[in-house]
Amino acid sequence: MKKIYFDHNATTPLDEEVLAEMLPYLKDEWGNPSSIHWASRKPRQGLDTAREQVAAFLNCAPLEIIFTSTGTESDNLAIKGIAYGKRKKGNHIITTKVEHPAVMNTCKYLEKEGFEVTYLGVNEKGMIDLGELEESITDQTILITVMYANNETGVIFPIEDIAKIAKDKGVTFHTDAVQAAGKVALDMKKLDVDLLSISGHKLYGPKGTGALFARRGVRLVPLIHGGHHERNRRGGTENVAGLVGLGKACEIAARDMKKEVPYLKNLRDRLEKGFMEKIPDIKINGDIEKRLPNTANISFEYVEGESLLLNLDMLGIAASSGSACTSGSLEPSHVLLAMSLSHEMSHGSVRFSLGKCNTVEEIDFLIEKMPPIVERMRSMSPLYAGTK
Amino acid sequence: MYSKKVMDHFTNPRNVGEVESPSGEGTVGNPACGDIMKLTIKVEDDKITDVKFKTFGCGAAIATSSMVTELVKGKDLKEADNISNSTVAEALDGLPPVKMHCSNLAADALHAAIEDYKKKHASGS
Repeated sequence: MKKIYFDHNATTPLDEEVLAEMLPYLKDEWGNPSSIHWASRKPRQGLDTAREQVAAFLNCAPLEIIFTSTGTESDNLAIKGIAYGKRKKGNHIITTKVEHPAVMNTCKYLEKEGFEVTYLGVNEKGMIDLGELEESITDQTILITVMYANNETGVIFPIEDIAKIAKDKGVTFHTDAVQAAGKVALDMKKLDVDLLSISGHKLYGPKGTGALFARRGVRLVPLIHGGHHERNRRGGTENVAGLVGLGKACEIAARDMKKEVPYLKNLRDRLEKGFMEKIPDIKINGDIEKRLPNTANISFEYVEGESLLLNLDMLGIAASSGSACTSGSLEPSHVLLAMSLSHEMSHGSVRFSLGKCNTVEEIDFLIEKMPPIVERMRSMSPLYAGTK
Repeated sequence: MYSKKVMDHFTNPRNVGEVESPSGEGTVGNPACGDIMKLTIKVEDDKITDVKFKTFGCGAAIATSSMVTELVKGKDLKEADNISNSTVAEALDGLPPVKMHCSNLAADALHAAIEDYKKKHASGS
C-alpha cells in the first residue's frame, strides 16, 4: 500500500540533504565542542556554521540565536525566562486562547506561581482583536506571547502590528513561530519581536532540536543551569549532530521557500476545492486568506474526526483531528472551541497539513477516497438521520 | 492502539440502522464528549429478536455499539440486563484505557432501550 503523509504540522520527514550533513557528527566527529583539543575542532565548526545558518534564515546575528532541544523548550525559556527576570517590574502576561500547549501550559503554570495571565479570545475566523490586546496592557504587563501561525488551523496572526503595540508600550514580545518557519518569511530586521521560537523537526530537520531568537539586550533567566554553553543561557553539551541538521534545514528552507509556498498553496486549494465540490455539509475552519499555505482544517458535519482518521489510515493516508479522541482528553480542540465552533463540529474536524513531498496525484487520491468514507460514517450517525 | 476485534467491528459494523417500529429505543451520550449512541430493539416474548444501532463517535464508540448488538441478539431480557459496558469491552479484547469511560456506552444504550420497552409495555401501548 502506498503511504501518503498529510500531517506535516505534527512533524516532517528528515530531508536527505540534512541527514547527509548530520552523519559525520554522529560518527567520526564525536568531540565535545567546548574542548580546546583536536577532537573539538570540527564539532565546534559545525555548531558555528549551524548558528550562522539559523541566523541567516532569520536575518539576525548569530549571537542572538540560543540553541535548545525543542520548540517547546524555546517557548518555555522565552516565557519563564522573561517572567522570572521581570517579576519585580510586573506580574502580568498577555497571550491567546488558541496557543500551542507549549505556551498555554507554561502560562497556566505561571498563574500558579502568582502571575496574572490574560487569554485573548478569537473571532470565528480564529483571529484576535488588536484593540482588545492594546486595552489589556497595564502598567504590570511584562510579556506578550502570541503565536505566529496556529498549528491547527494555520491562521496567521498580525505579528508586525502586535510587535508595534508592544514596543510602544515597552512590553517584551515573544512569538512561537514553530509553524510559520519555512512557510512565512521571518526577518528579524523588519519584524520587531524580542523573542521568537522555532523547531527543527517541523522544518524537515531532526527531532530534539530547536532555537530561540533573543534580540540583543533581551535578558533571560535560564531554565537549565550548567556550564557556559549558549552564553550562559542554556547549560548542557550541545546536540551537535542535531543542531548541524537544524542549521542545514534552515538553509534549505531559506533557499526553497519561494517555490515551495506557491506549490503548497496550490495543493491545499485543490484539496479544499475538491472536497467542497464533492462533500456536502463541510466547513473550512480559520481565516481563508490569512492562513499558512499548507494547512486545511475541515469539519465534516455529523461525523466524528477519529473515525474518519481510522478510515483514512486504512488507505495509507495520515492526517490528524481536533476530536477529543485524538487529544487524550474528553474535550475537543481548544482552538476550534475558542472559534465558537460547536462541540460536534470540533469533534468532526480533520486537519490535512501538506509538505513539499506531497503531489497532485496524492491530493487527487484523497479527493476520490474521502467522499465515500464521509458518506458511510454519516449513514451510521444518529445526528445525520435526525436532520434528513 | 485498537485490538483486531475493535478494528473488525469498526470496519464491518454489525446491525447498523434502526429497527422498524421498535419495541424500545435508547439514546445515550452527548455531543460535548463526542459520542452519541442510539439503539433500537424489537422484543417478542421477552426476547430481543432484532437490534440496530446508529452512532456518532470514534472507533471505540462504533465498535462497542456493533458488539453490543451482536451480544444481545436472541437473548431474553434478563440475560440482556446482565450485559455491562465492561462485558462489551471484554468481548472486544479490551479498549485503550482513555476510551473506557468516554466511548464505552453501548450497554447503557441497551439498558435505556430495555427500560423504554418496559415502560411502554407496562402502560399497555
